[in-house]
Amino acid sequence: MKVPPELRYTKEHEWVRVKGNEAEVGITDYAQGELGDVIFVELPQVGSRLAQMKPFGTIDAVKTVSDLFAPVSGEVTAANDSLQTNPALVNQSPYERGWMVRIRLEKPAEVEQLLSAADYEKLLGAHA
Amino acid sequence: MVPFAGHEMPIQYEGILAEHRAVRTGVGVFDVSHMGEIRLSGPGAAAYADLLVTNQAASLPEGKVVYTPMCREDGGILDDLLVYALGDDRLLVVNAANFDKDLAWVRAHAPSGVDVADENVATAQLAVQGPRAEEVVARVMGERVRALGFYEAFATGTGEDWTLVSRTGYTGEDGFEIYVRPSRALPLWDRVFEAGAAEGIRPIGLGARDTLRLEMGYCLYGNDIDESTNPIEAGLGWTVRLDKKEFIGRDTIARVKESGPRRKLLGLLLEGDRIPRHGFSVERDGSAVGTVTSGSMGISLGRPVGMAYLEGDAAAAGSRVDVVVRGQATPAVVSSRPMYREGTVRSPKPRRTA
Repeated sequence: MKVPPELRYTKEHEWVRVKGNEAEVGITDYAQGELGDVIFVELPQVGSRLAQMKPFGTIDAVKTVSDLFAPVSGEVTAANDSLQTNPALVNQSPYERGWMVRIRLEKPAEVEQLLSAADYEKLLGAHA
Repeated sequence: MVPFAGHEMPIQYEGILAEHRAVRTGVGVFDVSHMGEIRLSGPGAAAYADLLVTNQAASLPEGKVVYTPMCREDGGILDDLLVYALGDDRLLVVNAANFDKDLAWVRAHAPSGVDVADENVATAQLAVQGPRAEEVVARVMGERVRALGFYEAFATGTGEDWTLVSRTGYTGEDGFEIYVRPSRALPLWDRVFEAGAAEGIRPIGLGARDTLRLEMGYCLYGNDIDESTNPIEAGLGWTVRLDKKEFIGRDTIARVKESGPRRKLLGLLLEGDRIPRHGFSVERDGSAVGTVTSGSMGISLGRPVGMAYLEGDAAAAGSRVDVVVRGQATPAVVSSRPMYREGTVRSPKPRRTA
């Protein structure tokens, strides 16, 4: 299972890719594997304001539904519309084409509170 | 793998979507050895089975299988099960999670002259399901299986070689369930996969077992039916033989049938992409009319599907309701069951191919 070293992570199995003052967010390879086939992703409108670690959307797999938690606070600048027609992108490409939202960082220091790839791998080790 | 009624069972092997489609279009194998077996034998076995369950269980031709609820005196469903007529014996195949409860119930009511045997651990079961199942099972069990009608069975062999084959299943496709002793289970698995290699046979997990049965509107005990539901409201009236003079629960069930059930278990076909889940509320014009008991993506239907107990005018095929999904009213059409009607299970003579 892939844990790209350049990303940051949450205990809820989201990843964060910081690009300038924006954070791109999705769920990890481990999370998509545990959920199984993703069939619907409900994302916030562009312009909504998210608060760190509050639910911002949901992800339906065949068997179960899970909340998505915002890794950082800020305004949604983009949502991945292609997931509406092809939610399986979350399974096929969790770190690239399966991204979910981009958030304009309101408190850049929040990024420092997120897990490093090494810490996240340790967390997964504890799950195994 | 997840723990389930004392067994370690896979939710999925390669993915629920692929496994579901494999069973609808080809053939798949479920290890359902967790199912519980109780054998009634002795001179009064058939009559006793008839007392225990709502459907006909006494006057059955050799090898006939019936699906039936087993109810309490108040009509609450203790379990839903299959009854096999094997000579003078009756083999009950019950849900794993209910096995201990069922065995205690069956023992407690047994008259003298009926022997109740726990064959749960001594029995393994594979379900081979899909339009290509007959080809595969004929290669393993012989051409005789082609002559089996829907809900018919035959047993062969004794001791460790005892084998029971029935044309039954929980998927909506043609298929067979094969019971063997545990020492023969792994060799059977290997033979089935060898015989099905050319058909692209694959193992199927609990996840697709659930999506396949849900599209057919088949009840899952613990979700759609339990001791607080009766067979009439659950849409299982066709399994209740009120022409039988006596069975446990008869009086109450007859009264419910006479007065009409307060609620009915019906199918739901949702618009949009939101998935109904167990416990979600169903509304009509903003008022509660029921509760979702099962829900998922209807993989072959191409839209979200569910079942719900509905009251009043909403409880009719074609009526329009809203399922409340995370606070949002999601439009749905009420449907009779099954919701998926393309399955091969209804073909009286499943198609043959060379």
